[in-house]
Amino acid sequence: MLKINNLHKSYAIGDSSLHVLKGINLDIEDGEMVAIMGSSGSGKSTLLNIIGMLDEADSGDYILDGLPIKNLTEKKAAVYRNKFLGFIFQSFNLINYKNALENVALPLYYQGFKRKERQEKAMFYLEKVGLTDWAHHLPKELSGGQNQRVAIARALAANPKLLLADEPTGALDTTISYEIMEFLQQLNDEGKTLLIVTHEEDIANMCKRIVRLRDGVIMEDTFV
Amino acid sequence: MFDIDLWREIFQSIKMNKTRSLLSGFTVAFAILLFAILFGIVNGLLNTFAEAFKDDAINNIVIWSGQTTKAYKGLQAGRQIQFKNADHDYILDEFGDKVEYMTSRVMLNVNASFRNEKNSYTVRAIHPDNLFIEQNSMQEGRYINQNDLVNKTKVVIIGRLVEEDLFTKTTALGKYLNLSGIQYKVVGVFTDDGGDDEERMLYIPITTAQLLYGNNDYIDMMYLTYNPEMDYDKALAFGVLMEKKLKNRFSIAPTDQRAIRVQNNAQGAKAVNQMSFGLGLMAIVIGFGTLIAGIVGISNIMIFIVKERTKEIGIRKALGASPRSIVSIILLESIIITTIAGYLGLLAGVGVLELATPVLKDYFIKDPAVSNTLVIGATITLVLAGTIAGYLPAKRASRIKPIVALRND
Repeated sequence: MLKINNLHKSYAIGDSSLHVLKGINLDIEDGEMVAIMGSSGSGKSTLLNIIGMLDEADSGDYILDGLPIKNLTEKKAAVYRNKFLGFIFQSFNLINYKNALENVALPLYYQGFKRKERQEKAMFYLEKVGLTDWAHHLPKELSGGQNQRVAIARALAANPKLLLADEPTGALDTTISYEIMEFLQQLNDEGKTLLIVTHEEDIANMCKRIVRLRDGVIMEDTFV
Repeated sequence: MFDIDLWREIFQSIKMNKTRSLLSGFTVAFAILLFAILFGIVNGLLNTFAEAFKDDAINNIVIWSGQTTKAYKGLQAGRQIQFKNADHDYILDEFGDKVEYMTSRVMLNVNASFRNEKNSYTVRAIHPDNLFIEQNSMQEGRYINQNDLVNKTKVVIIGRLVEEDLFTKTTALGKYLNLSGIQYKVVGVFTDDGGDDEERMLYIPITTAQLLYGNNDYIDMMYLTYNPEMDYDKALAFGVLMEKKLKNRFSIAPTDQRAIRVQNNAQGAKAVNQMSFGLGLMAIVIGFGTLIAGIVGISNIMIFIVKERTKEIGIRKALGASPRSIVSIILLESIIITTIAGYLGLLAGVGVLELATPVLKDYFIKDPAVSNTLVIGATITLVLAGTIAGYLPAKRASRIKPIVALRND
C-alpha cells in the first residue's frame, strides 16, 4: 500500500535550517491501522503531511499504491489526494458555512459526481457515523465529537485507499475520544487502511501497530 | 461551459458570507452612485449653459446707433447717428467673406386685428437672413424672401402664439391681418425656442416698412453672424475692426462709446466655451478620482477576502480541488457581486438625479442626467479592477500548500 525509503525533510528557519525528518523508512500494508507516536517536534506531523501530499519531501522515495509520488504538479496532486486519501484533522477543518451534508459531499463534488448522487452518498456516510438527523446543521451547531464524525464521514465519502488522521482526538474529551477511536477501529475491521498521528499512549494502543518517532528518525516499530 | 454546481457553490458562498458580500458590494455601488451623481450634475450645469444660448445663433453680432457724446472733426456732440440701407451694403462689401448671415431691422409697434380679435405687437421689418440669425423654424408657409424685398410686398410672418391669440377659430395662413390700418397677407407661421416673447413677434419685409412708415431708407439696427470658421479671437478682431470702420464712416470719435455700439457674442461664447471646457475637465478629474477610489476599495476587499478564505482554500485543496477551480470560485464570486452592486449603484444614482431634478433647478442645474454608456463603462471598469485585484491573491492562494493554509487557525 505504502512504501517510504530514506525520506528527508528540513525547514528553513531564518538563515539556518531545521532537519525534521532524517531518513525515514516505512512500509504499510493494506488493512493496517498504524499509530505514529512522538512528542512534539519529533516530525510525526511532517511525515503525515508528506504522506498526505500536503507537503513535499526534500529527498527519498514515497510510493503510494504502486505510484511514485514525486514532483507532482498542483493539478496532479489534487487528483491523487482526491482519489487516494481521506483526511481527518484535529480541528476538524469543516467549511463553516456548509452544513454537515454539504461538507461530506464536497470531495464528491471534486470527483465530478452529479448532485443527486453526491447527496445520496453523503447521506449514506452520515448514516454510517450516526448523524442522519444532523445532516442539515452547520458545524457551529454541532458538538466537537459530532463535528469529528462529520469530518470522518467526509474522509470516507471519496472512498479513499488510505485514511490519514492527524491527532483526531486532540480536541475531544476522553469518552468521546474512545468513541471516535472505536469507530475508526470498526472502519479498519471493514478493511480500511488507517494512519493515525497521536501523542497519547492510550489512543496509540487502540491501533494494531505503533511507530515511534524521535528527532526525525524511527525509534521503534511494534505490533500491538 | 455552464457548470450549475460551480454556480451553486458561488451563490451559497455569497449567501452565507453576508458581511463580506455586502462590504464589497457597497464599495462598488457607492462608487458608481457617486460617479453617476457627479456626472449628472456637471451635465446639468452644461445643459443650463446650452439653454441660455439657445435663442439666437451663438456667433451673433449686433450693431446699434445712438447719439455722439464727443465732438470730433468739427462736428458737435449730441448728433444722432442714423443707419441707412447703404450702411448695410457697406458692411457686406467691406467684410463679405467674414459675414455668414446679415439682416437689418426696423422696429414698429402695431395694433393687429383679425375679425374681432385684437392685440398689440412688435413688428420687426427684416431681411430674409433673419431666419438663420433668430433661428426661427417654420411651422407652415414660407419666410420673407428676396422677392418680397424687391416688390415691397405687404406680407407678414407671424409667431405661433400670434396665431393662437388672433386666429381662434381658423388658421392664419393665407388670411389678411390688419396691422394698424394696413392689410398684410399671412404667408408663414414660425416657432422659436427663445420663449413666448419671441413667438409673439411679427416679421415683414424691411423694404415694405421703409416705404409705408416714413418713405425713407432708415435702419434701426443691424444683426449679423460672423463666419463660424473664424475662431473667437479672429471674430473679436473682426468686431473691433467693423466698429472702427463704421465710426470712421460716420466721423465719430474713436473713443465715443455711445454713437455706435457693436455687441459681439464671440466674447460671451468664448467665456461659455471655456467654462464648459473647465466643467468637463472637472468632471473628468473628479470622475476618475471616484473611480480610482473605487478601484482601490475593491482591490483591498479582494485581498482581504482571499486572506479570510485561506483556510477554506486549504480544506478544498486537501479534498482534491484543483488550483483552477479555486481561482474561478473566488473570481466569479467577485464578478457577480461587483456587477450586481454596480447595477444597483447605477439605479440609485439615476434615481437620486431624478428625484433631485426639481430642487437642483434652483441652482442652475437643468435636467441632470448621465449617459448609460458612461456609467456602464465605469461599472465594467470596477468589475475588471476587482477581477484583476482578486486574481493575483487568488492565484497565490491556490498555490499555497494546503498544510500552510490549514495551519493558519
